[in-house]
Amino acid sequence: MSVPGRTAAGLGRSGFSLGVRFVLLAIVCVALMMLDQRQQHLQRVRQALSVVVYPVRVLVDLPFRAWQSASVNLTERSALIAENEQLKRERLETEFRLQHLAALETENERLRQLLDSTERVGLRALVAEILSVDLNPYRQRFDLNRGASDGVFVGQALLDAQGIVGKIVRVDAFTAEAVLITDADTAVPVSVNRNGLRTIAVGTGDSARLRLPYLTNSADIKTGDLLVSSGLGGVFPAGYPVGRVVAVNLQPEQSFSEVIAEPASALDRDREVLLVWNDEKVPGDSKVKPAAGSAVAPTGVKVAEAR
Amino acid sequence: MARSGGWVVPAISLMLTLVLGVLPLPDAIEAARPDWMAVVLIYWSLMAPRKFSLLTAFWMGLAIDTLSGALLGQNALALLTVVYLADKFHLRFRVFPVSQLAITVFVLLFLYEFILFWIDGIVGRNVPFAERWVPPFTGTLVWVALVYVFNRGQRQAQARL
Repeated sequence: MSVPGRTAAGLGRSGFSLGVRFVLLAIVCVALMMLDQRQQHLQRVRQALSVVVYPVRVLVDLPFRAWQSASVNLTERSALIAENEQLKRERLETEFRLQHLAALETENERLRQLLDSTERVGLRALVAEILSVDLNPYRQRFDLNRGASDGVFVGQALLDAQGIVGKIVRVDAFTAEAVLITDADTAVPVSVNRNGLRTIAVGTGDSARLRLPYLTNSADIKTGDLLVSSGLGGVFPAGYPVGRVVAVNLQPEQSFSEVIAEPASALDRDREVLLVWNDEKVPGDSKVKPAAGSAVAPTGVKVAEAR
Repeated sequence: MARSGGWVVPAISLMLTLVLGVLPLPDAIEAARPDWMAVVLIYWSLMAPRKFSLLTAFWMGLAIDTLSGALLGQNALALLTVVYLADKFHLRFRVFPVSQLAITVFVLLFLYEFILFWIDGIVGRNVPFAERWVPPFTGTLVWVALVYVFNRGQRQAQARL
């Protein structure tokens, strides 16, 4: 075993002393952070770096993927049959509800025309898988296996089968980073489904809790109320479940009450989410058509818009 | 372990460290995840100084920033600082018994977390500080384990110097 350090104590390979090299690199770091804070400047650098570290992501995801495929392969025949049965039943139920929905949609459309209000825009969706990469535990973020090559854009909304999940905050070539609605920096404009009361749901950093900090003590809200997205702000599509109120603590000494909600979607259990395109907002329409088949048919006729 | 020609072992260890740093954990122990890269780089700086230059710390920090979606340069600056300190004072640290070294490592890891937290604060990201002392603690335990597994022989050799 040699005695490292003694011979090279003063000078490094580059000829600068340790202190000088530290200061130089630290300045580079600070410069990078200042540039990165102003988003667009470092988009290229970030994309290049993210291609470099892509193998690490794949390596991390590998055991989970292997486990998944193994569990699929090793499941017993009877279990598969049972699952198949259950899925068929569920499909029947869902289709039944859909029939009803189609009728309601037409009726809604007709009523809206009568009222001469703008119609709702149709949505298109694309399934994306969550990469098993854990990001900072203090920030509720994750990576998806879809990126700019699929037409994903910053600010795009994410849904799952139960409701709103989050939105895209960064897009790389093949991956995208999303932030959950429960991230402490995120807020979702919501309305109470029962009475249409509009407010804002704010993340807490805990994936099982949302806060509604802007409701006065006299606001008409109670435990069990369903919160749906109001569509204000233009990021999240309107009318999808966001959460359910689990606690209303009136605070007589303050003007606002403390209302806690539980997210509707399975934020910490999802493996797949839906990327949603708001048809009006598709940039460069022809280029970013998501894969057919997974697309949700746009609804309605463009009548009211023509005014 | 510290042969100047051997780069395969360090390269693989760095790669594994990167993977460990982003491996998903159950929510219960998520907050206790040690800062693997900081632990490993401090370990190398104290045991085999100049094995990894500051430049390595810089690039690894950028890799972590990219992987974890942090501000570009945030982890890089924090890593750079602790590796610089470990490198700078390694001669002084090397005469410490393991128990005192462990405390030093804890302080370095805490500094690492603090720099991250500080930068988060400056750019206005909303993160709690309450649980931030846990990763340095678990990190120190990992470091002690590393020392006991890999460095028996080396510490004995050192004692004879």
